[in-house]
Amino acid sequence: MSVFSDFDFNIIARSLPYLFREGMTFTLTLTAIATIGGVLLGTLIAMARLSSLPVLPALAASYVNVMRALPLVLVIFLFYFLMPYIGQWILQADRPIQVGALSSTIITFTLFEAAYFSEIMRAGIQSIPRGQVAAGYAIGLTYSQMMRYVVLPQAFRNMLPVIFTQMIVLFQDTSLVYVLSITDFLGAASKVGQRDGRLTEMYLFAAAVYFIISLTASMLVKRLQARIAIAR
Amino acid sequence: MPMISIRNVNKWYGTHFQALKDCTTSVEPGEVVVVCGPSGSGKSTLIKTINALEPIQGGEIVVDRVEVTSPKTNLPKLRARVGMVFQHFELFPHLRITDNLCLGQQKVLGRSREEAMEKAMRLLDRVGLKDHAEKYPGQLSGGQQQRVAIARALVMDPVCMLFDEPTSALDPEMINEVLDVMVELAKEGMTMMVVTHEMGFARKVAHRVIFMDAGEIVEDAPTEDFFAHPRSERARLFLSKILQH
Repeated sequence: MSVFSDFDFNIIARSLPYLFREGMTFTLTLTAIATIGGVLLGTLIAMARLSSLPVLPALAASYVNVMRALPLVLVIFLFYFLMPYIGQWILQADRPIQVGALSSTIITFTLFEAAYFSEIMRAGIQSIPRGQVAAGYAIGLTYSQMMRYVVLPQAFRNMLPVIFTQMIVLFQDTSLVYVLSITDFLGAASKVGQRDGRLTEMYLFAAAVYFIISLTASMLVKRLQARIAIAR
Repeated sequence: MPMISIRNVNKWYGTHFQALKDCTTSVEPGEVVVVCGPSGSGKSTLIKTINALEPIQGGEIVVDRVEVTSPKTNLPKLRARVGMVFQHFELFPHLRITDNLCLGQQKVLGRSREEAMEKAMRLLDRVGLKDHAEKYPGQLSGGQQQRVAIARALVMDPVCMLFDEPTSALDPEMINEVLDVMVELAKEGMTMMVVTHEMGFARKVAHRVIFMDAGEIVEDAPTEDFFAHPRSERARLFLSKILQH
């Protein structure tokens, strides 16, 4: 008699629509938004860090260091409780601004991931030979045009595999939103499991899904890496 | 009125190493000037100060009546009028040849895509690479890439051209195809300043040769005089080394 004999795996089949339509949709949406927002913001932070202007590099470096020194769960909590007051301060309102758990997590993840993506983009920008910068300036481009048309496209292309790898980590980290009782994929699985007393089955299933998605994605990244290496 | 005028230019790297010492010279419109000298003599640095790719700490540089060293100068605008060709080509590897040639025209000069393309194709034809227009730089040989780089500078209708060792990164069999384009350009009356070790090129097309050593302009003489009777011991030594074989 197997250990799994009194497991009920039918529960998974029955809850599939809920798990994916609600849970996975949220997980993927958050992953996508935080990646796009994080890369955009991270690129700006990286440029600030590499700039020769005063103050800006130090400010950018502090931001990255603070974010990278704090556990994500803590940041999620902190922002959830602080955001209303920050909003109040920014808008100069009379009372704290109501920020839902959803908007709060999206903002938190974007800001948090930006710190990591900025390090990736910084490495990417630094990997572009100085001669490219000189060539961009030599035809009359301004700093921002030179970055936009010459350096950043190349940096982004070189860093694409690393960006995707970070995205896979982010995909797993989104499960931390459970601390705000948001229904992501793991949250959905746990809700069903708790309701029906089938937590073990649901967690096993959730683990399998995360594993398959992450593994497939990593394999795709490896292929991409090989293709970029050839193109270069 | 010289096209390029360099007066008492001084440049330091850090506080100790002086890369350029009181350099003064000028280039007249239509003149071709070759700059030579041992490696580390400051010749590449000097040529890069002309379009302000290298900042200087003292002196004055004027290009086509625009004071390069003045803080009021719009540098991108100035650089767009000064063509530059680099030792390592520095084509943009992520862009097709046509886009390499159109980028500056469209973003800096504000030309339309059609206008820019027409100009690009005309210049590509001139350097003999029309058939490669849709390729990426990585698909071309070194010599071809350098010819594209020359075309990329020419599409901007520059008032003068700067060449920073344009053939020293090339395989020997590709040097001539690049020099041929440069000779053509010189014959058409383009103002050129060329850092090079190609003494054959210097003899053939240069009006003047500048010899640099240790950050100083040691000699600045008409080509024939320079080769026939170099005045300084350093130039004689350099020539004997470079012309031996």
